[in-house]
Amino acid sequence: MDQGSRDRTDDFVVTNDFVIKVATVNGTGSASANGMLMQAIFRMGVPVSGKNVFPSNIQGLPTWYEIRVNKDGHVARSRHVDLMVAMNPKTYEQDIAEVRPGGAVLFDSSWPLDEELFRADVLFLGVPLSHMCVENFTGARERILMKNIAYVGAVAALLSIDVEVIEEMLGEKFSAKQHLMDSNNVAIRLGYDYAMEHFAGLLRVRLEAMDANRDSVLMTGNMAAALGCVYAGATVGAWYPITPATSLMDSFRGFCAKLRKDPETGKNLYCVIQAEDELAAIGMVLGAGWMGARAFTPTSGAGLSLMNEFLGLAYYAEIPAVIFDVQRAGPSTGMPTRTQQGDFFTVAFASHGDTKHILLFPGDPTECFYFAVKAFDLAERFQTPVFVVSDLDIGMNDWVCDKLEWDDAFVPDRGKVLSAEDLQGMDQFYRYLDVDGDGIPARSLPGVDPKGAYFTRGSGHDRFGRYTEDGDLYQDVVDRIARKIEGAAEALPPPEVRLDNDAAVGLVTVGSCRGAVLEAIELLAEEGIALDFLRVTGFPFSTAVEEFLLSHDLNIVVEQNRDGQLKRLLMLETAVPKRKLASVLDYQGSPLSAHVVVQGVRDQLGLVAVEAG
Amino acid sequence: MTQTAKPSVQHPGLKPNKLGLTRRDYEGTQSTLCAGCGHDSITAAIVQAFFELDMPPHRVAKLSGIGCSSKTPTYFLSEAHGFNSLHGRMPSIATGANAANSDLAYIGVSGDGDSLSIGLGGFCHLIRRNVNMLYMLENNGVYGLTKGQFSASADVGTKAKRGEENQMRPIDPASMALTLGASFVARSFSGDKKQLVPLIKAGLTHRGFALVDIISPCVTFNDHEGSTKSYAHTREHGHEVVETDFVPLLHEIKAEQDHGASTAVTMHDGSVVRFRSVDEHYDPTDRDAAYAHLKKLQAKGEVATGLLFIEPTSRDLHAFENTVDEPLVGVPFEKLCPGSGVLTELQSRWR
Repeated sequence: MDQGSRDRTDDFVVTNDFVIKVATVNGTGSASANGMLMQAIFRMGVPVSGKNVFPSNIQGLPTWYEIRVNKDGHVARSRHVDLMVAMNPKTYEQDIAEVRPGGAVLFDSSWPLDEELFRADVLFLGVPLSHMCVENFTGARERILMKNIAYVGAVAALLSIDVEVIEEMLGEKFSAKQHLMDSNNVAIRLGYDYAMEHFAGLLRVRLEAMDANRDSVLMTGNMAAALGCVYAGATVGAWYPITPATSLMDSFRGFCAKLRKDPETGKNLYCVIQAEDELAAIGMVLGAGWMGARAFTPTSGAGLSLMNEFLGLAYYAEIPAVIFDVQRAGPSTGMPTRTQQGDFFTVAFASHGDTKHILLFPGDPTECFYFAVKAFDLAERFQTPVFVVSDLDIGMNDWVCDKLEWDDAFVPDRGKVLSAEDLQGMDQFYRYLDVDGDGIPARSLPGVDPKGAYFTRGSGHDRFGRYTEDGDLYQDVVDRIARKIEGAAEALPPPEVRLDNDAAVGLVTVGSCRGAVLEAIELLAEEGIALDFLRVTGFPFSTAVEEFLLSHDLNIVVEQNRDGQLKRLLMLETAVPKRKLASVLDYQGSPLSAHVVVQGVRDQLGLVAVEAG
Repeated sequence: MTQTAKPSVQHPGLKPNKLGLTRRDYEGTQSTLCAGCGHDSITAAIVQAFFELDMPPHRVAKLSGIGCSSKTPTYFLSEAHGFNSLHGRMPSIATGANAANSDLAYIGVSGDGDSLSIGLGGFCHLIRRNVNMLYMLENNGVYGLTKGQFSASADVGTKAKRGEENQMRPIDPASMALTLGASFVARSFSGDKKQLVPLIKAGLTHRGFALVDIISPCVTFNDHEGSTKSYAHTREHGHEVVETDFVPLLHEIKAEQDHGASTAVTMHDGSVVRFRSVDEHYDPTDRDAAYAHLKKLQAKGEVATGLLFIEPTSRDLHAFENTVDEPLVGVPFEKLCPGSGVLTELQSRWR
């Protein structure tokens, strides 16, 4: 049964299972109000998600925020809106049309709503927000800002959100700004009291405190990844601002400003450089990596395209680097504020010539932290660029996720780096000689010892590090690098596999699709369709991935791009026959919903039945 | 072809420097450039400068982009780590390397194609960040490896080997560097080792970005009649505005040395650069005057050489970034990782 066809009778009240959508105008300060609403629900211990759907614009264009509450923990995006907070007259028509029958629209009744907009199957709740704010506040900016806070108050009343929780949050946020705290508290009460007086108990959805979030925190993937960089010991970051990766470096700087000051001098134990473009950003990372620093750059598709030549150099000259690719909709400028998983090909084989890169695919912010730390270890161990490939949904939205833990016994894996003592003990050092037979040569760092000197170059070189145009000597090195990268497959985080159903069909996915796919598996199980689950977390693919694919009659790959990039990679890089792979694709730019997966799987299984018959 | 080592012939007569190293210890592999290439003379000047400065070779990082000039770091300091990067991209590699390890001496070698066309953006931002390094721009006005196309530094009216005349105005790295705020701008000629060696020494000692633009004739593609970057033309039109002498820290200044009407600028480490103006009233610490003089000579078809401008107390990348004095690569992990307690504390606020 599709969640959308859920019937309700009028006297049926649904607790902790609904969607609120807030439609506002970009640049009016609504983002923090919406975040507050989501945070309040989180603090009530109820599983929740908040998805910001925003334009590439500073002020004036429509923007939305979707909050899904689900007591069972299914918080992927849902298309069914129970309560629309319609604050943007320019989008009234589409916003009101989106509300499910029996749902409600909260609007600003300071001005009358157009007759044509009313629907008989939807409840219209008018709150004179603008009037109230004009009466209670002074100055245009404050009136606009407080209108947002007032609708938060009204929504709190409608859904039985604990207003004290909100007031407590305001207290923390504005502890140093009494004036703002006072205004916010007044605004919350304005909306809350009005809604309580006029609409108490009218909504058929409501909240009830739970205890599901005790071991959870609220964070974005970019914050978590940035913190991972701090904990991994990264000292050099270089970047060029790009949505949706910008907040990663902003967060890193923010964390470092507090956590990376030399206690004696107050000087920085890090260096963040805003580069002139992404070419320079990755170049700086490679320069720092060459020197032995842990260095990284956050970027997105357009930036990656610019970095291509350098990525080939890093691969071939074997320089560690960590690249965060927070994916957005491409190609070209594409839709820079919309999410997608369209960079798999680009990152897997970035650069001209033969290359293959190590990729990590976090599924939520918690994994962004752990995978960030892991990425630095892998980059140094395998002396190559490592990509942490997330997306706008993971990177920029607040997720309720598992608390991060840190083992103080952690020792970073610096890989094979020779000390002055090591070098002095050697007859001769050759940079690209595979002494251990694992495809990983030892490296020396500049300035350490005269015996360690060699020439790092992107031009042809032999195993001794010397320039060459001799075909055999060239091939010897590139073949070894291929072996080295293949050897990384089993060192990556293991894939997430759920074989509970022991089914003939597997659902395969990656990254932020996880939640929607797991929800779809439950929904399809209710229809009698059993599915196993595989979430790919790294590339090159491990044997566990291949075994899963081979052991199922059909593997339906769910991903957010047009061309089935993960499916094609699996086709290329595992032994699975093409007939065992199918796709469910969603690439319109929003986080994935379970209903897309449910419908896609039904379609695919229908096709299989026809073929088999 | 494959890299060739220089025959290891020992010259017992070679005089060692204070580190006990001879000039040979500052050399690299055999040059594969054309016989008579200006770049090889510059390499020899670099070798001499490092030798005379008593610098331990392995405490130097040498970088380049792509092109004839960018091949040259292989030909000096074989005990230094080298990085032959991408075409036009040496500035970003040098910036990142310097950010990570402020303790090494950095020398970058580039050409006019590398710095003024494909890499112009990065070059400008390297100057803007005042990255502490010596940047040698071996300027010959042509693309050598692709057989003689004009570069962005080709003068109006200069003729290519096949007779084609350049129409577009050149980009002059020295005057551009002055307008971008470079803290050290010099120009020289590959054929004038006497002038070049002190400039390299001063550039290496300067804290911040030091540009030495060196007219370095391409014997194969740009040394003919009608070229403005030929040996003959450069000798004829080169115009030394200041004579430069470099006196390293603690180096005994001999009393009998005649400095004439010289002025001295003290570098951050205490070493001294002495100037003697050839042109009357030329002041290499006055940026605007230096720029005006450069342009005045340029209008007459002359190339101003010498240490054109110096700002000895400029702030470099690390000052802008307020980084610790020790190199970041030397900071132990324990000082970088905040530990589990901080993580718990941080997360208590993420609710």
